[in-house]
Amino acid sequence: MDTPDLLPMSRRHLLILGVVTAATAVLPPFISARASAVNSSRPITTSLSLWVNDQQYELDLDTRTTLLDALREHLHLTGSKKGCDHGQCGACTVIANGRRINSCLTLAVMHQGSKITTIEGLGTPDQLHPMQAAFIRHDGYQCGYCTPGQICSAVAVLGEIRQGIPSHASPSLTEPPQLIAGEIQERMSGNICRCGAYSNIIEAISEVAGVNA
Amino acid sequence: MRPFTYLRAQSPAEAATLAAQVSGARFIAGGSNLLDLMKLEIETPAYLIDVNDVGLDRIEAAQDGGVRIGALVRNTDLAAHPRIRKDYALLARALLAGASGQLRNVATTAGNLLQRTRCPYFYDPNQACNKRQPGSGCAAIAGFSRQLGLIGVSDACIATHPSDMAVAMRALDAQVETIKPDGSTRTFPLSELHRLPGNSPNIENSLAPNELITAVTLPRPLGGTHIYQKVRDRSSYAFALVSVAAIVQKDGRGCIALGGIAPKPWRVERAETEMPNGAKAVVGQLLDGATPTHDNAFKLLLVERTLAAVLAQAREQA
Ligand SMILES: Cc1cc2nc3c(=O)[nH]c(=O)nc-3n(C[C@H](O)[C@H](O)[C@H](O)COP(=O)(O)OP(=O)(O)OC[C@H]3O[C@@H](n4cnc5c(N)ncnc54)[C@H](O)[C@@H]3O)c2cc1C
Ligand code: SF4
Repeated sequence: MDTPDLLPMSRRHLLILGVVTAATAVLPPFISARASAVNSSRPITTSLSLWVNDQQYELDLDTRTTLLDALREHLHLTGSKKGCDHGQCGACTVIANGRRINSCLTLAVMHQGSKITTIEGLGTPDQLHPMQAAFIRHDGYQCGYCTPGQICSAVAVLGEIRQGIPSHASPSLTEPPQLIAGEIQERMSGNICRCGAYSNIIEAISEVAGVNA
Repeated sequence: MRPFTYLRAQSPAEAATLAAQVSGARFIAGGSNLLDLMKLEIETPAYLIDVNDVGLDRIEAAQDGGVRIGALVRNTDLAAHPRIRKDYALLARALLAGASGQLRNVATTAGNLLQRTRCPYFYDPNQACNKRQPGSGCAAIAGFSRQLGLIGVSDACIATHPSDMAVAMRALDAQVETIKPDGSTRTFPLSELHRLPGNSPNIENSLAPNELITAVTLPRPLGGTHIYQKVRDRSSYAFALVSVAAIVQKDGRGCIALGGIAPKPWRVERAETEMPNGAKAVVGQLLDGATPTHDNAFKLLLVERTLAAVLAQAREQA
């Protein structure tokens, strides 16, 4: 990995998002991005736009910012929680372009243009999403810390079953997966609840799905 | 996490060229392994080359009757693809036994193959680890090694390769396609991708610097009964203690690859001739030369019993 003086790459084909704002006045953005990376202790910032809960936000962020930190620390959408910050607990689950993901294990800059839905976008205290209402009815939590992630995950899980995506619990790969509690349980395994409210969580999701837990 | 410059490549050739023209570049796909390790400063790239826009996200029929899986195809999409579910059920099953729904939605084919070990000492920068810091020693060998490897390992490192997907692909005789920064491409068997640790466990695969994986191809379907049996400490969302990927034909012949026990998906083709003679006969050859630790010797028997269960299940389903 040698470092030549200039990249022969055409800038037209290359989206460069790592630009030190202070340096851009004198140097073309591309050079400043490279220069700053060599001095690896300085933060490198980038501007980007994020679509969150149907609203567009323009941000200047350190390239290191995870989607979770962008949501919580910059957009002040603190519903999504930081549990382990290593993709192991699921408390940070949000829905990006219709798919649930761990927002702690992805960078905000990787989501330029994607549509993010957080717990704040699913429902409001006055107008609860049916899944939120069901969690309340069934006591699907104790401390509540994992709950936003559980609910975002649960909403996406029902979508995945409807779309016919199989799971480890599906007895057949060629038949569409069944809407049954066993399927829901397996698909929710990426959301850990340290209070152990699992059985009530399954009841809440099952009710929304219209199945017996 | 160390600061880095983020670049987004628009084609495979551009990604590889770009990576070669700067110092300290890494490709980022789903990011689910790389970012995890960057947070711990075990990985410290100065440049991240995002390859999500390079157009390698398709699953296509190959001319030889097989299938070509783009490097950026998500694990969820691969497991859900009708062709994979029908003809390569082993692969769908292995994918679905791995990680969580959230992670499979971002994890990619190439990223999954190149994910790094989950050895707890590798993850803890306060511990000696030859893989993380060459020459520092291996805290795992005399440490808590229950999860670690027992064959293909060395005195320098006993880490396992954690992928489920790769084990199924190995049994299915997958090939890997790549492009290098000079634009040249090559295709080679998956069995040649992962390296055994020897004295240099920090070198984990046979890719040249900045060589980009573009696809994985599977040959024509093999037929038979496909079973992926993963044994783990909890029934979902845990890495394998051992896993068995098997394709068993009506006459009892077939192929077998193992996970959870070695630095790469473990397959010994000559052991497969013993399949009609039962699990003990197969394992005698498959794990010949194993060097388990006190903590992980239980895996020898666990492999044999898991394989016996798989072969019995295959007979039932045949
Ligand atoms: C809590 C948790 C549980 C998990 N459980 C399991 C499990 O049970 N089974 C299992 O198999 N896995 C498991 N995983 C691992 C998961 O499958 C991997 O993190 C994922 O597959 C990595 O894919 P990615 O696309 O996110 O890779 P990235 O993190 O983007 O990349 C991984 C590596 O591959 C390189 N790379 C990516 N694409 C290319 C390319 N095209 N060419 C060359 N190099 C490339 C990157 O530079 C990096 O070094 C788990 C992960 C977590 C966090
Ligand atoms: S087994 Fe390998 S990865 Fe684990 S501590 Fe030893 S050298 Fe490091």
